[in-house]
Amino acid sequence: MSDVTLNINGITVRADEGATILTAAQDAGIYIPTLCHCPDVSSIGVCRLCLVRIENRRRLEPACRTVAEEGMVVVTDDPEIERLRRVILELILSDHDFNCLLCAKSGQCRLQELVNRIGFNEHRFNRLEHMAKDLPVDTSNPFFDFNPNKCVQCAICVRTCHEIVGNDAIDMSYRSYDLRVSTFANKPLKDSVCVSCGECMERCPVGALVPKKAEYPTREVKTTCSYCGVGCGLYLGVRGNTIVRARGDDESPVNKGNLCVRGRFGYNFVNSPDRLSLPLMRAYDDFTQPSSVVEVTEEGRPVTLPLVKREGKFVEITWDQAIKYVASSLAHYKGDEIAAISSARCTNEENYLFQKFTRSVLKTNNIDHCARL
Amino acid sequence: MAGLAASFGSGAMTNSINEISDAACIFAIGTNTTANHPIIGRQVTRAVQKGAKLIVVDPRRIPLCRMADIWLRLRPGTDMALLNGIMRVIIEENLMDTSFIEERCEDYDAFEASIMENDLATAENITGVPAQDIVRAARMFGSYIPATILYTLGITEHSHGTDNVRALANLTLLTGNIGIPSAGVNPLRGQNNVQGACDMGALPNVYTGYQKVENEKVRRKFEKAWNCKLSPSNGLTLTEMFESAREGKIKALYLKGEDPVVTDADTTFIEKAISHLELFVVQDIFLTETARLADVVLPAASFAEKDGTFTNTERRVQRVRKAIEPKGNSRPDWMIICDIAKSMGAKGFDFGSPQEVFEEMRCLTPSYGGITYERIEKSGLQWPCPDHEHPGTRYLYGERFNTPSGRAKFASIAYRPPAETTSHEYPFILITRRCAFHYHAVMTHKAEGFDELRSEEHVEIHPVDAATLEIRDGEVIKVTSRRGSIKAKTKITEIVPAGVVCMTFNFAETRTNILTSRALDPITKTPEFKVCAVKIEKEESAYLMKDRMRWGTGKS
Ligand code: SF4
Ligand code: SF4
Ligand code: SF4
Ligand code: FES
Repeated sequence: MSDVTLNINGITVRADEGATILTAAQDAGIYIPTLCHCPDVSSIGVCRLCLVRIENRRRLEPACRTVAEEGMVVVTDDPEIERLRRVILELILSDHDFNCLLCAKSGQCRLQELVNRIGFNEHRFNRLEHMAKDLPVDTSNPFFDFNPNKCVQCAICVRTCHEIVGNDAIDMSYRSYDLRVSTFANKPLKDSVCVSCGECMERCPVGALVPKKAEYPTREVKTTCSYCGVGCGLYLGVRGNTIVRARGDDESPVNKGNLCVRGRFGYNFVNSPDRLSLPLMRAYDDFTQPSSVVEVTEEGRPVTLPLVKREGKFVEITWDQAIKYVASSLAHYKGDEIAAISSARCTNEENYLFQKFTRSVLKTNNIDHCARL
Repeated sequence: MAGLAASFGSGAMTNSINEISDAACIFAIGTNTTANHPIIGRQVTRAVQKGAKLIVVDPRRIPLCRMADIWLRLRPGTDMALLNGIMRVIIEENLMDTSFIEERCEDYDAFEASIMENDLATAENITGVPAQDIVRAARMFGSYIPATILYTLGITEHSHGTDNVRALANLTLLTGNIGIPSAGVNPLRGQNNVQGACDMGALPNVYTGYQKVENEKVRRKFEKAWNCKLSPSNGLTLTEMFESAREGKIKALYLKGEDPVVTDADTTFIEKAISHLELFVVQDIFLTETARLADVVLPAASFAEKDGTFTNTERRVQRVRKAIEPKGNSRPDWMIICDIAKSMGAKGFDFGSPQEVFEEMRCLTPSYGGITYERIEKSGLQWPCPDHEHPGTRYLYGERFNTPSGRAKFASIAYRPPAETTSHEYPFILITRRCAFHYHAVMTHKAEGFDELRSEEHVEIHPVDAATLEIRDGEVIKVTSRRGSIKAKTKITEIVPAGVVCMTFNFAETRTNILTSRALDPITKTPEFKVCAVKIEKEESAYLMKDRMRWGTGKS
């Protein structure tokens, strides 16, 4: 691929052929404000915040959609551009529902960043009629909310759903001031064809699409999704001893940062109150003499004391008791009286150990796993 | 994966996931990709956006059909007849890759003869797909290179799943679509580590890396490494285990991390088999339906609570890392197994970490030989990776196949009808599928939010059938097969063709697998999940599962 050389703000910049002015500028460390640009999807140039001046062209051009050409001379900010950007920003802000302190996106919001970078004319802004929209918030999706009053109509979500997910659950509808993101027939997201993958939510630059549970993790752990055979790279966000977030690993060659609904929102089974805590055993065995006798109800696990339950129901026992019991009972059987079933959910190491155990200790090749699929 | 192993020498996805988007033609058969493997579904979308041709083969109108150039709506269980029809057209119209066949394959002549025995009219009769559509699909598949085949359970969950897979292998060989990027035959694995479980030898006939139990040299190697005597004969497969448990031959069963009572074909049979056991140990993170039948339940740690590796469907070995401490007093499976082994006096289970286990495994497994935790720290490696310098393998069989001769084998197979057919009494075909939001039973039900998306079983039924039976949308009906019956709500939809009803098996409450059949594939012993004959009756009481047996949560 050959390069082109252009001049941005008096600096000579080299760019790959076919790259946009925006990419060329960013690679050279030159900031151009953007709102509707998202590197993962195609550019449509609707926000006009990235307008730049190109020598010998009559109009200002959007940097995110204009291809850099050999010898181009570009100016990214002069008084006219600055003024235009302010006006655009003031118009966007005029119907924005900004209660930033309560907004889950605060601190990571592109609109806040633009206000800081571009600024606005307070006098002119205050003269505008503030027509903050008062549309109903769509809370139907169990994992994220859509607040149209915070939406800046950048259509990144629409392009994401079309280009990345291929699902076309949402599109821009209505005209002019009423322009908004909507599902087919403006139904709640839950009743649309949306598959709740949350890709749009990840890319929304403002607080219009936000997760229902927005807790910041204290650290992140790189791992692999455990739901299906694709094996997407995943970062689990941990806070205390709880997983509070999952996000795609951009470096993973498998999913390149993408996730599906299970990978992104399904981690919660780990925190489920139904998790087993102590080994359980049928009470009809008098192998152990548990010290305290408390009924375990079917609900309300976990229980932490050794427990007994009568008539063939479960008692909780300690790990020592459980290991000894299983080991000594297995020893009663020989070779082909035993079978073992391993799991396609467990790790390679565990599957290896389990078949080694079955073959070398239990002395049988009766080992299989459930998913012969 | 026996089908692929027989044709090519090993059974795994031949190509890589991110090659799919560069394919010129995609043949998706029996896979609801966008729902079950969304990330792969997105690759298909990308390919189509870039101009690839898409052929979808499925009785249901799955979302992929919207993007498809050709959608072949065949009768459930007739895949083989369709594939043979397609291959006949390819041969007749000379669209095959003759030089590839000559240089790299064997048994072609017998195969060609067997294909020529079927004519298109028969194929149309059996499959219900118009002959001209078969021709169109054949021409399309035959004229684009690279063309890739994607398949999942839709193909393997048949009593003749192995035949189906071998037919797909034939199709790839015929058109020379293997050993190059973006082509190949690609089974999309269901559960996250099916590939790994197979690679690690959790199979009755092979040790790690598909080294045969019956091969004496291999056995010697493992006997020496593990310092013990090993049985020279193949063990029982899953389904055979339950059968011999029923007969009282298997007396003790140790089951880890699976829920066969909910997920396996013919639930009633499995429950009976379990009741015959003297000792039944279950190791799982939840008290599953199966675990409730156990004598001892050992609480295991979840994937977020332990270190290790998974191998994904494209053979990529990737790290799993411990993010949090095990909940309650649960323990990682590897520790539990080691503890039990040591308590039984066994040597060779003194592992301090999963990494040590991996090291032992990789030294015994040629295809994993060059993979170490250090090398997969950042991103995974695809086996085969025999030594430390090897960069891993993106696509298989670039040079030779893993058969003794190095050539791929064509298989001559004739169509066999599904083991179970409809009758006057059981006039409908039931197919089972997975729901996008729930994968197998337990995990997503325990994660908040998923039950809201779709929390009850629906039986999909075509409007014409619903009208004949006078069933309203949402009405509770009774579905009865030769093995049992269950009740569920209907959903009237044209997604299914007339004469076919479809259910998911993700719900412990309605155990669809009470209905399904245990007719087995003769080679893989996979039961027939996909096709079974049922009758549908109206059910008077409108209340369904109001007191659903929701164990554990206490909120119902
Ligand atoms: S969650 Fe996914 S499917 Fe739903 S609208 Fe967003 S991108 Fe589309
Ligand atoms: S919801 Fe977010 S991403 Fe979508 S148009 Fe509005 S601001 Fe843009
Ligand atoms: S995120 Fe979705 S597609 Fe990726 S591995 Fe997890 S379940 Fe599979
Ligand atoms: S970022 Fe270029 S027009 Fe919006």
